[in-house]
Amino acid sequence: MRILFLLSLLPFFSACSSLGVEPWERDLLARDSMQLVPDVMDNYFDEHIYFSKEASTGGQAVGGGGCGCN
Amino acid sequence: MQLKKISGQMSLAACALLQVASPVARAAAADNNWQVDSAVLLYSESDGRVSVFEPALQATRTINEDEQIDVSVVFDALTGATPNGAHATESTQTFTSASGNRSYTANPGETPLDSSFQDIRLAGSVNYRYNLDRLSRLTWGANLSGESDYLSLGGSVNFEQDINQRNTTLMAGLALSQDTLLPSGGVPCSLTAMPLASENEDDVFQSAGNSDDKLTTDLMFGVTQVLNRKTLFQANYSYSQSTGYLNDPSKIVSVIDPATGLPASSGFFNTALTRNLPYVYENRPDSRTRQSLYSKIVRYLNEDVIHLSYRYYRDDWDITSHTLDLKYRYQMEGDFLQPHVRLYQQSAASFKQHDLQLGRDVDAATGEVLVDYASNDYRLAESQTVTLGLKYGKLLAANQQFSMRAEWMQQTIQEPGVSESEKTPGLDAIIVQFNYSIKF
Repeated sequence: MRILFLLSLLPFFSACSSLGVEPWERDLLARDSMQLVPDVMDNYFDEHIYFSKEASTGGQAVGGGGCGCN
Repeated sequence: MQLKKISGQMSLAACALLQVASPVARAAAADNNWQVDSAVLLYSESDGRVSVFEPALQATRTINEDEQIDVSVVFDALTGATPNGAHATESTQTFTSASGNRSYTANPGETPLDSSFQDIRLAGSVNYRYNLDRLSRLTWGANLSGESDYLSLGGSVNFEQDINQRNTTLMAGLALSQDTLLPSGGVPCSLTAMPLASENEDDVFQSAGNSDDKLTTDLMFGVTQVLNRKTLFQANYSYSQSTGYLNDPSKIVSVIDPATGLPASSGFFNTALTRNLPYVYENRPDSRTRQSLYSKIVRYLNEDVIHLSYRYYRDDWDITSHTLDLKYRYQMEGDFLQPHVRLYQQSAASFKQHDLQLGRDVDAATGEVLVDYASNDYRLAESQTVTLGLKYGKLLAANQQFSMRAEWMQQTIQEPGVSESEKTPGLDAIIVQFNYSIKF
């Protein structure tokens, strides 16, 4: 899995000069469905559920409510 | 030369027309000053374990092109039963509830569940974001969460800087949280025996006080990169430090007599004489350092969108975990279907202990526990979670959207070397959620 993660970083560190778009090419990126967190509620509930059932937490953002469930 | 000039002017015009936002910022349309997201979560575990009813509301107000504020409120009602940490044995087991005046039992072969697990939680948060300049933003956040036995107060600040023609966004975040535990009946002394239930409060707990605290500091550094017109990539590194009372005050560990394989019943644990039950309250280290690497790719595929993320996590309790999450949004006209798969795997904490052995881990005469830390909380065990779900969303109008999702979650607990009859059972849970959003 760690190798998978490192592999996923590869496109980011290679060919840096060709990354990105011109300002007028952002039509698709501006869509709601293309946001990093397209639905805040789904994300909030998932974080809450898995925080209460598993040992791991975090990764996407800092801040947010605490809970006595774990 | 002339062509190049015209091309440059056209670029500027297109840029102005599109009012391009940063890749991470959700651009609010100029005529939508408000966005309200509402949702209700119904969560239900099999075998009469935990059920949750949780409505939530978030209102986001775009004050002007430089400022945005959001306010969230969540209500959380939770009932059911949860494993108390003791394991199944061949004998009937008796336990004392958190309040100390009520007892409950587990039949032979049954995993002991504390059925008094119920609570109501109310949480709220406010985030205020404003542009420092054309390319950078700051977000201040505050949150408060309260339960009958838990209070959490936190604050956060996030800084974002766009570079590379807004194709790259750098992020740094800091959050602090002060949590106070107020267990019913007081904070139990860790690694001391659970007393027999009694109407007389003096007979019950050797309380370590009415409350205890923990302080958590979170740091995060992240980068978001537009790879091309259809692909967005994010990578975050998180560091979190918690100190203070990190035990679960309701969790216990069985003390087993190796001669019988049953809960200890002699000497210090001769309950009829000493009122000591053969279970001790768990104890965890008073600090925890967590680190995680999180990466995500969002990819547009001919109207459909894929969200794929992976998180690698480790902490100094020796837990490592891997989380893979895939959502595929299948776009139809005006509505969409979104299958979801989540795979999670974690290793056990170094002090996860199935039980304590009389003589080896616990002094038979005095009841003194001879190990520093012990917990049999299943959430600190080696485990896997698989979640499969489907979401359906429909655009009700240009500014309104409804969606619902149903998911099935299965958690499997691994306890190497533990006999089948004593293992903590896994759980199945159903998640149903309804969302409604409106912009105006």
